[in-house]
Amino acid sequence: MTRFLENERLLACLLLAPTVILLGLFIAYPFVMGVWLSLSNTSVGNLGVFVGLKNFIKAWNDSIFQTAFYNTFFYTFWATIFKLVLGMWLALLLNRHFRGKRIVRASMLLPFIVPTVLSTFAWRWMFDPTFSVLNWLLYQGGFITTKLPFLSDGVYGMWCAIVVNTWRGMPFFAITLLAGLQTISTDLQEAASLDGANGWQRFWHVTWPLLKPVTLVVVVFSVIQTFSDFQLIYVLTGGGPANATHLLATYAYQIGVATGLLGEGAAISLFMLPVLFIVVWVQLRYLRRLEGA
Amino acid sequence: MKTPERDATRHHRLSRRAFVTGTAAAGVTAAAGLEGILAAGRAPAYAQGTRLNIVRWVDFIPACDVELKRQAPEASKALGAEVVFEFINANDLQPRITAAMQSGSGPDIIQMLHNWPHLYANGLVDVSDLVAWQVKEQGALYTLSEVNVKVGGKFMALPHGIVPGLIAYRKSWFDEVGATTFPKTYEELRQVAAKLKKKGKPYGQTLGHTFGDAPGWAYPLMWNYGGMEVDKSGKTAIDSKGTVEAVKFMTAFWKDGCDEGGLAWDDTNNNRAFLAGEICGSLNGASIYIAAKRGQDKIKDEKGEPMLRDIQHARLPAGPAGSSSYQASFHHGVMQYGKNQKLAKDFLKWLHGKEQFGKWFQVAEGFSIGSTKFWEQHPLWSTIDEPMKGFRTAADNSRVLGYAGAPSAKATEAYTKYVVVDMFAKGVQGMKAEDAVQWAAGELKKIYG
Repeated sequence: MTRFLENERLLACLLLAPTVILLGLFIAYPFVMGVWLSLSNTSVGNLGVFVGLKNFIKAWNDSIFQTAFYNTFFYTFWATIFKLVLGMWLALLLNRHFRGKRIVRASMLLPFIVPTVLSTFAWRWMFDPTFSVLNWLLYQGGFITTKLPFLSDGVYGMWCAIVVNTWRGMPFFAITLLAGLQTISTDLQEAASLDGANGWQRFWHVTWPLLKPVTLVVVVFSVIQTFSDFQLIYVLTGGGPANATHLLATYAYQIGVATGLLGEGAAISLFMLPVLFIVVWVQLRYLRRLEGA
Repeated sequence: MKTPERDATRHHRLSRRAFVTGTAAAGVTAAAGLEGILAAGRAPAYAQGTRLNIVRWVDFIPACDVELKRQAPEASKALGAEVVFEFINANDLQPRITAAMQSGSGPDIIQMLHNWPHLYANGLVDVSDLVAWQVKEQGALYTLSEVNVKVGGKFMALPHGIVPGLIAYRKSWFDEVGATTFPKTYEELRQVAAKLKKKGKPYGQTLGHTFGDAPGWAYPLMWNYGGMEVDKSGKTAIDSKGTVEAVKFMTAFWKDGCDEGGLAWDDTNNNRAFLAGEICGSLNGASIYIAAKRGQDKIKDEKGEPMLRDIQHARLPAGPAGSSSYQASFHHGVMQYGKNQKLAKDFLKWLHGKEQFGKWFQVAEGFSIGSTKFWEQHPLWSTIDEPMKGFRTAADNSRVLGYAGAPSAKATEAYTKYVVVDMFAKGVQGMKAEDAVQWAAGELKKIYG
């Protein structure tokens, strides 16, 4: 037994085995299954047969898919931009010394801690077509004369979803960037000040270059999560009105799970894969270059 | 008189005679199902710990779910197995069915709506024997219920009831604008709703992706203007003058008379809006009236009187091609993957029987009207409030999804994708009526071929 354990190769295999089995069961198998489903005409209760790329072609020519595809990019782009800008701003504020800093830092995490479904339900109530508290406030404040169609108009609905996603995701950016900011030596800031750099110059020429690697990692994570977002849209708009706010994940669910066309649903969801792969690859490559510089 | 306590005592002291009687009871049960159970007065010999799971929607009449929960221990005792109900959002039923069928595990019985048994037939147990029993006990099924569960000559689910929809409206508000009787045509309804919308009391109608009220409005509107999904041969026929006229009407009606937030409504929003005095009328089940009745101390009109007194119901108005409706039928499907199929069937026989269903039907107060005409004769209808009486026969002019074709899995797919509802939604959002209809025709061709 001792000799067996002394064999590094065998020991490595032994230690790695649980992880490999878990990855195989919970990541590789569902993924392979998903690929197979996307290449078949499987529907609920019917074992499918191989149909090649038919499901992908059908999806590509589907007007609702096209809307969902566009929406996914639009939603990811704007939500990530807002989360980055506001998260950075918040991190810079929290990096200063003020009374009650710890309480503010802790409370800032609340949107991130509350389950998405719960917080989105609260937002849904605020955007309710009939009883929206926001509409009421705007009306009472004299800003509007008729209700704003928060969830009953596709454009408004998409922007509402972006707002909620930003509200929820911003603390993740802020807390991670704050951690990055605290690793930057204050000597550098002081030296720049002595050289006559103003606030913006200190940020742009000192803080930002040092924060860039952390920022990129956060952005990569955020893009992956936002691009494949499901819960928020499902609860807030259900993809409506008239499919105007579907993302790839919610539309795949609508077709695959609700309608039972599992092959078509799998194909729609697999459209996310190459896009995410490219995004991650480009960003990681850039990150590696930064580290090498 | 035999009491449960005495029964329990008998179980504890197992004599040879009791053993012989019990064995005989098990034999009778196996041979004669529920009659056997009841005749023997003993629970059948299901393995200890056997559990029967039933998934149903969260009823719009909460007391109905309370009644089922009350009945569950009785069923458990009668069947000798634990009966457990789970209630979920109606819009989550279809995803739940797909997940259960694909994983081959889940509830033993799942509630089915509309013509879903056609889509899920491969995962359901043939319950033709139960349907035959139900028909023998309670008379012929409504055509709507029958065709929705009959797939290829076999009954793949057991009809439980129909939740009919009528237009609930505020009588005094309609009177105020000169509509002392409910508008007879869609065009008249548009004119009345336009007057009321100007007074801040619009008509409320969902065009969202939601299981009941949206298709309940959209399909008949299309039919009543002469449109149809497919012709009798099953060929796509939605691209017609009638459908275009229906979309044009809906667009005008929406702008002139409706609460435009309805695009984001589900089946619950109109209930809340109506009871809050925000809308003048809405197509709905009887749940608005029943909620107003049960909460009459709190739900008041603008004069401080119980709103209940001002609620009336009417059938959908007529269009140029007549007046039909679409009513939602409900069934119970026994899942093929289930390990307790016999028990599931026994339970359904117990639940759908006159005695148990009668109690539940009474609690529903006209919200559910049963699946056979037998329930039209129930004493409930002679004592029920006047505005509720119209629900008794509301299903008599209902067509089925996929009209003018036969009910099919394709019609269920079109329903689940909300093609007809979205066609109207696109129209009210500004798409030209002809384009909206062509879009729907394209979607239906992908389904029907």
